[in-house]
Amino acid sequence: MTPSDPSAHGGTSVTAAPAQKDDSQRQQKTMLAEHYHRLSQAESTGEKCVYTFVPGNLTELVRSFDLLPVLPEINALQSAMRGSSKDYISLAEKLGHSEDVCTYVKADVGMLRKGNVGPTGERLPDPDLLLLSYTGCFTFLKWFEILKEEYDCPVVMLHTPYQGDGVITDSMRKYVVDQIKQKVIPALEKVSGKAYDEERLREMLARSAKAEDDLVAVLESAKQTPSPIDSYFGGVYYIGPMFTAFRGTEAAVGYYQALRAEVEARAAAGQGPITPEGPMGEEKFRIVVEGPPNWTHFRQFWRMFSEEGAVVVASTYTKVGGVYDFGFRHDPDHPLETLADYCMGCYTNLNLPTRVDMISKYIEDYSADGLLINSVKSCNSFSAGQLMILREVEARTGRPGGFIESDLVDPRYFSEANIKNRLESYFQMIEQKRSGGAA
Amino acid sequence: MTTSTATFDATSATLPELMQWTSGVSRDYKLGTVTEWKQRTGGLAMGYLPVYVPRELLHAMGVLPVAILGGGDDLEIIRGDAYYQSYICHFPRSVIELGLDGSLDALDGMLFPATCDVIRNLSGMWKLKFKDKLSRYLDVPQTFEEDLGGTFWRGELEQLADELVARGAKPLEPAALAESIKLYNNERRLVRELYALRRSQPWTVPTAEMYVVLRACLVLPVEQSTELLVAYRRLIEADDTRRPMDQARVVLAGSFCEQPPLGMLKTLERSGCYIVDDDLLNIFRWIRGDIEPGDDPLGGLVSAFLNDAIESPVRWIDRGIKGAEMVQRVEESGAEGVLFCAPSFCDPALLDQPMAVTAIEKAGIPWTAFKYSENTGQFQVIREQAGTFADSIKLWSDA
Repeated sequence: MTPSDPSAHGGTSVTAAPAQKDDSQRQQKTMLAEHYHRLSQAESTGEKCVYTFVPGNLTELVRSFDLLPVLPEINALQSAMRGSSKDYISLAEKLGHSEDVCTYVKADVGMLRKGNVGPTGERLPDPDLLLLSYTGCFTFLKWFEILKEEYDCPVVMLHTPYQGDGVITDSMRKYVVDQIKQKVIPALEKVSGKAYDEERLREMLARSAKAEDDLVAVLESAKQTPSPIDSYFGGVYYIGPMFTAFRGTEAAVGYYQALRAEVEARAAAGQGPITPEGPMGEEKFRIVVEGPPNWTHFRQFWRMFSEEGAVVVASTYTKVGGVYDFGFRHDPDHPLETLADYCMGCYTNLNLPTRVDMISKYIEDYSADGLLINSVKSCNSFSAGQLMILREVEARTGRPGGFIESDLVDPRYFSEANIKNRLESYFQMIEQKRSGGAA
Repeated sequence: MTTSTATFDATSATLPELMQWTSGVSRDYKLGTVTEWKQRTGGLAMGYLPVYVPRELLHAMGVLPVAILGGGDDLEIIRGDAYYQSYICHFPRSVIELGLDGSLDALDGMLFPATCDVIRNLSGMWKLKFKDKLSRYLDVPQTFEEDLGGTFWRGELEQLADELVARGAKPLEPAALAESIKLYNNERRLVRELYALRRSQPWTVPTAEMYVVLRACLVLPVEQSTELLVAYRRLIEADDTRRPMDQARVVLAGSFCEQPPLGMLKTLERSGCYIVDDDLLNIFRWIRGDIEPGDDPLGGLVSAFLNDAIESPVRWIDRGIKGAEMVQRVEESGAEGVLFCAPSFCDPALLDQPMAVTAIEKAGIPWTAFKYSENTGQFQVIREQAGTFADSIKLWSDA
């Protein structure tokens, strides 16, 4: 979710000029580098770490015990951006993992078998606890079964009910809260040797809410024309600290204040987003994107949009770690209940009708020209049903839809020419619609 | 071929007659027997997808549970492919095809148990596409403590019952549920006994034949399915033409959701394998033993799910060692090897497989693996692979 080094994105395929960076990106890079370094030193410093996932993670709770989160999806995507996921996936497939399944899992397995060296080149510590925050993705369950075989450490399953009917019921909330009380907190207490400190958790949740306000202001700045941000390619940077290891920290509060100020300054000046190639030119197309990005060719992928003058004004991927722009904030007055609601409210835990409503609203609220779906082979949680989402959103909004296919971290599934061709056709279709021609 | 229940009497049918009728029922994607049942009883019929739903609860409310197991190799997919990318398994595209072509019109709704992300998202697609039908995602618990997963699961079942009542089903009464549990206990016991007979005399119970009977059972009322199972058992035991052959005994693993085409099961048997255990139609064996209705039959149903369910790849396994149950199944069935036979792009099966392989390799059990789709039409490669595997077992095994 959070590319730590913008100059690296672009993976393996081209030699590119150094990427342009916002100050916030530099700040984020430093935060992540420090976190990974701290992890690499954990065995000598005695700090304990918890492996968990991005959607529905309990970062504030974990950090309230002074434990450090490690997020395997982030390691996988970081590996992809540095060009090492191909070898990791290849190794996992040699070990018997099917070519059909999630490449995040295979990249993680391969990385583990090659010494668990993290994205900054330093070895990641073994987990002291595997905390399976089972939100919105069935594969998480299998992934942690695989890791459970690899490590001699306790495992806790936090079963997050799916919003099958589009609502969070009291019984769903109670189920999650009871699991946190009866399973998660005791496990964290045991690993950390510290007692649960609710006051400390409340303080962290208050900081989360503060940062979340700023993140929403940043995301909603894209309602302006021209948009000062790209809410997909740029958005994955913006969500980085929020979705990963920093929610609830002063560092995250500071980052989001700085980010908001930076974006508001750009908006006030009527400027568009900063892309890796430099400031964005004229904004010609305003697009909503559904689905995760491709990480192996991130920079090329972004360039295919920016060269066409296409800005992503809203994206669903930037909601996998929380749908804050629809009102959710961590609530320090109800610490465990708010964690439960957070777990259940992440994008991939929403049913398809809710997703369609949300995307249609984005199209209207952000004055978008249409919906583009990047369907990734690895992620059925996103991909299954996307073709229906496309049709439903088109029917409701009257704006044209486009569809491209790639993968998360397997470079074999990124066909640059094919994607570029489809994108160009899609943008032409939008232009034709604008000029009143038949789509 | 008629599939009418009115003109078929399992108690007097010959084996060819029984097989002809069950074959017709199991391939009747228009659900003729369900329509007939609804006309006769006026009750609701609920479709459900693999792997597990509590059929007892539906039955107790006068609702007919109907397994929807895809279109196999009979159904031409015309519209279903427009809903799914090439890298998603075949099963949901045939299910949606059946929905769109009207085959499932007899159903008053569909249950989508928590099996994988594809089935989960299909539940939402159903809501969008079939707005007048009940579409219910059944979130089976992944924690197994009575006061956590148990409480949650009970709540899910009570909510399901409320939704069925709102559609015209009878209210859920403990006495009726206790009776239904007994009926399904009996059905599951008959299936367990068939599996036991197949383990001891696999030539008496060819898998491809038993599968057709079991598949028919899953669209029939339990009262009728048990009659069918009793009749089938009587007929095959009386058939003295069935003789043992020199075949390798194998466990067929991984086919718990999208079902293999019948031709593939026949191919495996013809290639020299006796299938002595499998994951097919797991709903019959999801709960291992009898469910104890006791004073609180709903509690009994919940407790069985928590404490007596198989270690399916779609469940979180928090106790014991992953893959140990596969080793145990091999030992208990007297199998000499494992055929991992998963549908293409099936996340639960394919992500589970390396762990199961590790466990059986540690136990020195031979295995091989291949994939299929429900509409796979060419079996030559599978036949050669399974045949070579069977030959290698017979030539090189210690037994």
